Amino acid sequence: MKLARIIAGTILLLAAAGALGARYLAPAGYEQQFRESLDAPPSAQHLLGTDDLGRDRLARLLFGTRISLLLAPLAAAIATALAAFIGGIAGYFGGWVERCTLLIVDLFLAIPWLFLLITVRAVLPLNLSPESSVAITFLLLGFLGWAASARVVCAGTRDLMQSEFAWLARAAGFSGFKFLRVHLLPNLRGTLLAQFWISVPVFIIAEANLGAMGLGVSEPLPSLGSLVGELQNAVVLHPHPWQFVPLIVLVVVISCFQTLMNKFEVRA
Amino acid sequence: MKRILPVWAACLVAASLLPQTHPAQSGGELRLCIFSEPVTFHPLLADEISSETVRYLTAGVLLRVDRVTQKPEPGLASSWKVLDGGKRIHFSLRSGLRFSDGTPFSASDVAYTVQQLMDPALHSPTGDAFRSSSAQVLTRVVSPTEIDLMFSAPVAGLADLFDTVAILSAQSPQKEMAVLGPFYVAEHKAGAYILLKRNPYYWKKDQAGRQLPYLDSVRLDIQANDEIQALRYSRGEIHMINKVAPGVYDKLAGDGVAVQDAGVTTDTEQIWFNQSPTAPIPDYKRAWFASANFRRAVSEAINRADVARIAFHQHASPAIGVVSPANRFWFNSKLKPHPYDPASALHRLQEAGFRMDNGVLRDNGGHEVEFSIIGKAGDEARQQTAALIQQDLKKIGMKVNIVPLDMHAVIERITGTFNYEACILGLTNATLDPNTQMNIWLSSAEMHQWNPQQKSPATSWEAEIDHLMRALASSADDHKRKQYWDRVQEIAWEQEPFIYLVNKHALVAIAPTVKNAQPSALFPQTFWNVEQLSLTH
Repeated sequence: MKLARIIAGTILLLAAAGALGARYLAPAGYEQQFRESLDAPPSAQHLLGTDDLGRDRLARLLFGTRISLLLAPLAAAIATALAAFIGGIAGYFGGWVERCTLLIVDLFLAIPWLFLLITVRAVLPLNLSPESSVAITFLLLGFLGWAASARVVCAGTRDLMQSEFAWLARAAGFSGFKFLRVHLLPNLRGTLLAQFWISVPVFIIAEANLGAMGLGVSEPLPSLGSLVGELQNAVVLHPHPWQFVPLIVLVVVISCFQTLMNKFEVRA
Repeated sequence: MKRILPVWAACLVAASLLPQTHPAQSGGELRLCIFSEPVTFHPLLADEISSETVRYLTAGVLLRVDRVTQKPEPGLASSWKVLDGGKRIHFSLRSGLRFSDGTPFSASDVAYTVQQLMDPALHSPTGDAFRSSSAQVLTRVVSPTEIDLMFSAPVAGLADLFDTVAILSAQSPQKEMAVLGPFYVAEHKAGAYILLKRNPYYWKKDQAGRQLPYLDSVRLDIQANDEIQALRYSRGEIHMINKVAPGVYDKLAGDGVAVQDAGVTTDTEQIWFNQSPTAPIPDYKRAWFASANFRRAVSEAINRADVARIAFHQHASPAIGVVSPANRFWFNSKLKPHPYDPASALHRLQEAGFRMDNGVLRDNGGHEVEFSIIGKAGDEARQQTAALIQQDLKKIGMKVNIVPLDMHAVIERITGTFNYEACILGLTNATLDPNTQMNIWLSSAEMHQWNPQQKSPATSWEAEIDHLMRALASSADDHKRKQYWDRVQEIAWEQEPFIYLVNKHALVAIAPTVKNAQPSALFPQTFWNVEQLSLTH
């Protein structure tokens, strides 16, 4: 298992390095259109070929990975922080506070968030740059994606509150913020980290879903989601093998996250 | 025997050279898909593609515009005559016809249909074309097979308008479900399918005197996803697709699946700039958009050939103007294609007070030229078109932000709030006559997209178009109407309130088992002659 974690960590580091160094590694700009080389196969000039608009696939993959790897963890951090706050309060106080909070959580889970995102996207100013637009999309995902995690955190907090050490701590006079800081949060760390790592691929895929509807990252900016979105008609369109590279990168990145997540769970 | 063989072979060769009218086999079920549940089965209320499909397959009409020749052909009426300069039309009807439930058909049914059509309480979209000149319609039943329809003002293109008027029965207990067309609605499972069965009383016979239609039934499966439609077609589960997406078309063709490019359609793809005085956009941007030089510069900087080649996979033709060359009679052949000429575009911009500043275009107030184009999300060809335009305009220093929105948000912005700067959309022209474009070109019209519902024309050229369109609508002389419409096309070409990009091709799929199909660029592309279609087993 240790070897697997080392490999996962190395791959993630390489992916991060490639994404951060995209400007130097990419053979062309991600928006540059080679209109005489449409949907071209891999060649010396375009190592992963070109897309339907003649844009270099490798350049788009590098820049797309950068966007997704930077912003998906940011959204996951926001969602996990909200989940920790709301779920933690519900589990800590219990009783009617927990029931009311969980009712709100259930209501939030019942909201068709995809339509909510579409609606919010529709009311944003039109002249946002693609960079601002993608940042807002991921932030929205973060602010909307906390509810499922909050349920898990609430259950974890409730269990902790009923555990023996919690009774002992309270009997010893620990209460309020100090009890939270010293006893609850350290014991919830595993749950929160797990929720964080679960959320990262969820948000990458959520952005891919939005991208498939043309509502994620706006042209010409790429993201892993929008690149994977090209495969949405794979059954009919029979894509070329090199078109699957973004999907492979996405699967590998998520698998690496999962492998590392297991490590944190074991530690917790 | 030796003598007979060459004669026999010669007969076979001669038979193979005869025109391709396949001996029809009766029977079989034609299967195709519609994108959504029909909103209504009432033929006078149909105003979206699924309802119109059902109407086309079931409705009996007085005359039918042939989708290949684009000329009206006799239907329930064996002949007709437009009289009094377009104020009156006389129909001679076929005798002995019956509705699908056996109810007899006569001129009183036509009179009843016209009354229903013009009833303000029914709000028939089909009736709107007849109401365009606030005409009141009087009917005079001369005999069971003769009827006069009289209008208080001339109605332009009067005869062709009856192509979409389904004749209802005044007496049938089945009301509008009793039809005179080749099929009737026999079964409907909401969200799944509609089964149309052969109308046993259909009036039409083939040249050999055989009862039409040849098919027993038509099954319309409701399938919103066009990729799944294509997959079902390639598996042989459906027989036809009316509109195949360009990318899917190439893949199907590459796989050896039967698909056809039926040529240029009358549909247009265009962008326009918001010139509405109430739009919440800065005044300096409004000034750009109102400038003909600015609009023409944008037009000249767009490489339409690349849009047709790349976004539509060569299944589109660069657009010239308002009317597609597919509309043979009404197209103004004197108009030339807009050139792709970024240098000329820059020259025009300089004339209008713009200047290049380190690759960035600025107006005379120093504002950087940046605007957004809204469009429907999920439409791959249109999104690629927008991406191509974005790169083309970057060459003349313009920064374009592409904003894909869901269709409701687009409609709300272009018709309600006017909170947008530019928009890319397409227009489907279901009919050929320019009369149906009154709601676009009159400056007071709601669909006058760049600056709708004007109390008085904002510009002199819009005033001239208003004058020409009104003259066009009130004349029954097609020669004069063509002159008026040609001039409208010239003004639109010079001013470019709509920057026309391409005319899409009709990409259709028809299985080899379907005989006698003649795909057309006009709706319904694949099954417009449904009564002639047959299936080989």
